[in-house]
Amino acid sequence: MNDDKLKRREFIKLAGKASLLTVVFGGGGYLTSRNVYKPPEKATVIVDCDKSVSLDPQYPDLVSIKSEDYGEAVAMGVELIGGISRFVSRGDIVTIKPNIGWDRTAEQGANTNPVLIEAVARLCLDAGASKVVLSDVPCNDFRRTFIRSGIGALSKKIDLDIIYPEQRRFVNVDLGGEVLGKWPVLRPFFETDKLINMPVVKHHNLTKITAGMKNWYGVLGGPRNRLHQEIDASIADLANFFRPTLIIVDATRVLFRNGPVGGSLSDVETHHTVMLATDQVAADSYSCRFLNLEPASLGFLKMAESRRLGKIKDYKLIEKI
Amino acid sequence: MAEKHDPTLKIKRIRNIRRLSQLFFLLLFIFLLYLTEFSFTSFGKPGEINPPSQWLNLFFNIDPLTGVVTGISAWVLLSTLLLGLIVIAGTAFFGRFFCGWVCPLGTLNQAMSSFKSERKSRKGKRLIESNKYHRYQAWKYYILFGIIALAIVGSVQIGLFDPIMIAGRSIGMVIIPALNTAVNDLAMTLSDSSYSIFRFLGAAIFKISSGIVTYLKQPHFHGIFWLALIFLSILVANRIFTRFWCRGLCPLGAFLGILSRYSIFGLQKEPEKCNDCNLCLMHCQGGDDPHSDLPHRRAECHLCLNCKAACAENALFFRFQPYFKQYNPKPDLTTRRTILAGIAGLAAFPVIRSGDKFVNEVTFIRPPGALIEEDFLKQCIRCGQCMKICPTNALQPALLETGWEGIFSPLLMARIGYCEHYCTLCGEICPTGAILKLKSDEKFGQTGPPPVKIGTAFFDKGRCLPWAFGTTCIVCEEWCPTSPKAIWLEDTETVGREGNIINIRLPHVDIDKCTGCAACEYACPVSGKAAIYVTSAGETRDPDRSLILRKRK
Repeated sequence: MNDDKLKRREFIKLAGKASLLTVVFGGGGYLTSRNVYKPPEKATVIVDCDKSVSLDPQYPDLVSIKSEDYGEAVAMGVELIGGISRFVSRGDIVTIKPNIGWDRTAEQGANTNPVLIEAVARLCLDAGASKVVLSDVPCNDFRRTFIRSGIGALSKKIDLDIIYPEQRRFVNVDLGGEVLGKWPVLRPFFETDKLINMPVVKHHNLTKITAGMKNWYGVLGGPRNRLHQEIDASIADLANFFRPTLIIVDATRVLFRNGPVGGSLSDVETHHTVMLATDQVAADSYSCRFLNLEPASLGFLKMAESRRLGKIKDYKLIEKI
Repeated sequence: MAEKHDPTLKIKRIRNIRRLSQLFFLLLFIFLLYLTEFSFTSFGKPGEINPPSQWLNLFFNIDPLTGVVTGISAWVLLSTLLLGLIVIAGTAFFGRFFCGWVCPLGTLNQAMSSFKSERKSRKGKRLIESNKYHRYQAWKYYILFGIIALAIVGSVQIGLFDPIMIAGRSIGMVIIPALNTAVNDLAMTLSDSSYSIFRFLGAAIFKISSGIVTYLKQPHFHGIFWLALIFLSILVANRIFTRFWCRGLCPLGAFLGILSRYSIFGLQKEPEKCNDCNLCLMHCQGGDDPHSDLPHRRAECHLCLNCKAACAENALFFRFQPYFKQYNPKPDLTTRRTILAGIAGLAAFPVIRSGDKFVNEVTFIRPPGALIEEDFLKQCIRCGQCMKICPTNALQPALLETGWEGIFSPLLMARIGYCEHYCTLCGEICPTGAILKLKSDEKFGQTGPPPVKIGTAFFDKGRCLPWAFGTTCIVCEEWCPTSPKAIWLEDTETVGREGNIINIRLPHVDIDKCTGCAACEYACPVSGKAAIYVTSAGETRDPDRSLILRKRK
């Protein structure tokens, strides 16, 4: 019996040593095999950001309204383009993407007018949206831009869920574009039912105009300052990937020079105009008139039209002046 | 009944009040440092940023050395000195109560000294020996005299040694940012887990912490290693000698120690009751010889009351106007060494100023509104408040970039952050006026006076995408905050490798419009060294450094 026991123990010891050796060598071999050059790959999600409404020939592609009562202009515009029920259903999460790019006040015209955002958020809430989210990834420090634009304070007035672009909220998304592959995107812009793009019309020295489609730069994190090298293609890529439910363009104040930052009040013209569109290209194309530009001459618009993202002209338009 | 009249019970109660006071001031100190951050100070009206409250500077203002030393060097009387006078007056009555009851670094040192040690030198006889007065305790006076001598000739170095500034930098720029990182990293790791319970936990931590416990934006600081090392060294020294830093090196302790000779409150001994048990020495914080056969060194006493509480024989009392013969009110200084310390301080000045940092060449960028370099160094106390409040994290503590004289003073590091055009927070929080409170008009100059310029931007044309490679870019022009923009574009043609013509827009800097804010350098897509960079050339704080000679009007 004693001998038996000893043998068993020896066997266990031996087996233990053998397996330890296997683990050490096998594990070592595995770790060595890992030690080869491989570009790092971040976890990427695949999401669908086509939140557009289906086309309906009875409604216009674009409504432009000139009125000094911006709240009324928004309400009237929404009515003309199909009514809020066409865009927001009961229980929807609606995400609003204004332009809050710069540390400027509303009067300086570099950011979307908070009065418009308030009106739109109210309409969505009245239509039964379960949550209205607002976010942006500004160029300047986001804490300053949200305060100084006057947009951060909206959450005190209405039930608006303001989400700050903290590092943790970015997720790598495969944008599947011509120049845009995998880029960090702020979560609320794809974790939503409806997406409302609320740009402001401004001068920009590279694209000549920044309005709706360029506004999608503000959903990206990462080194987006490199996109300027292929700005037309990257704008078209973004507009192809992010298809908003509704575009509401702010041309109440237009920064017609020194854009997109501005600074001086003499750079700003008041036009008291709000545009609502379901066609991204049409919205940007129509906005060109505030900067005296010929839409057909702009690279990003041509590129977007050739990708069938919308129409530069011959879109169905209703103007109320 | 006998117990009820036991005076040690009463003193123990007072000692607990002292502990409470220490805890209160330490927590208040940390809380104020914690609030010194952009989003925590700026709950304003829409469209407005609130100026930071001067309460955030409470400890820097109440520290009498802030006012005294900058007063000596810059010959200005800061209103903050009024708060410092409270401590000065209190010390003149009670002695170094500040060290034992208020000072946050003192509290940390006391906590580090007092938990049980396994070292032989921290027990029994050797501890008693170590807690007797030692000659090294005089060092702090010589440090103070050296600093004051240096201040007289025009260089303020109090910030390197003052306990409030050290604790402020250590907690505000090391501990709090590190805690932020720790909480965020933990929550991030949990959120990335494949188990839903961990993901839920991670989300919960974010929900609770973000913007409430942790900052919305993680602060980063240059040279954090050195800040942490200094802090750690001071704390660890306590494990060898009780409150080594407070006893041996602290210039504020020295200053208060000198003042305390006039105090009317102190330790009185009844030597006939003493049985030489040495319990008082076992618990002494200041190393001030509470033991009854020696004269009490009032300049060293922190008024922690430990000796009285430890004395089983009732041989020690704290009272007003104790017998003069039982105490030694003067610090243990020799005239010769005092003079030597002064000479050392005076001699350090020409040595520092003979360094290369003073040959006309100031390469670093100071915050907007900073005084001309010589005056700036007379008033900057290295409290780090400007760096913590800066919304873009642009202001960083210098190591040797600004010379030996400017260690831990603020400079702008453009690749970390830029100077926000409409922001004047650093000048608004500066407790000593080393950075002036600029009106927003002075900062960006839309009307009235010309804008404050902190430097000028220059292109590195060998790195710039349009200049060097014929590639479209203009991000610098996009970011340029002035109106009209200081960066302008030239539409031109360039030739490619194959002789092909490329239409290109080349950026240029308009030297009259550029404020040196460094937004261009920050935003430049060329990684590593940016293709546009800002130097202090043309900064308006020094008229000798304007860049272009112009005709006088």
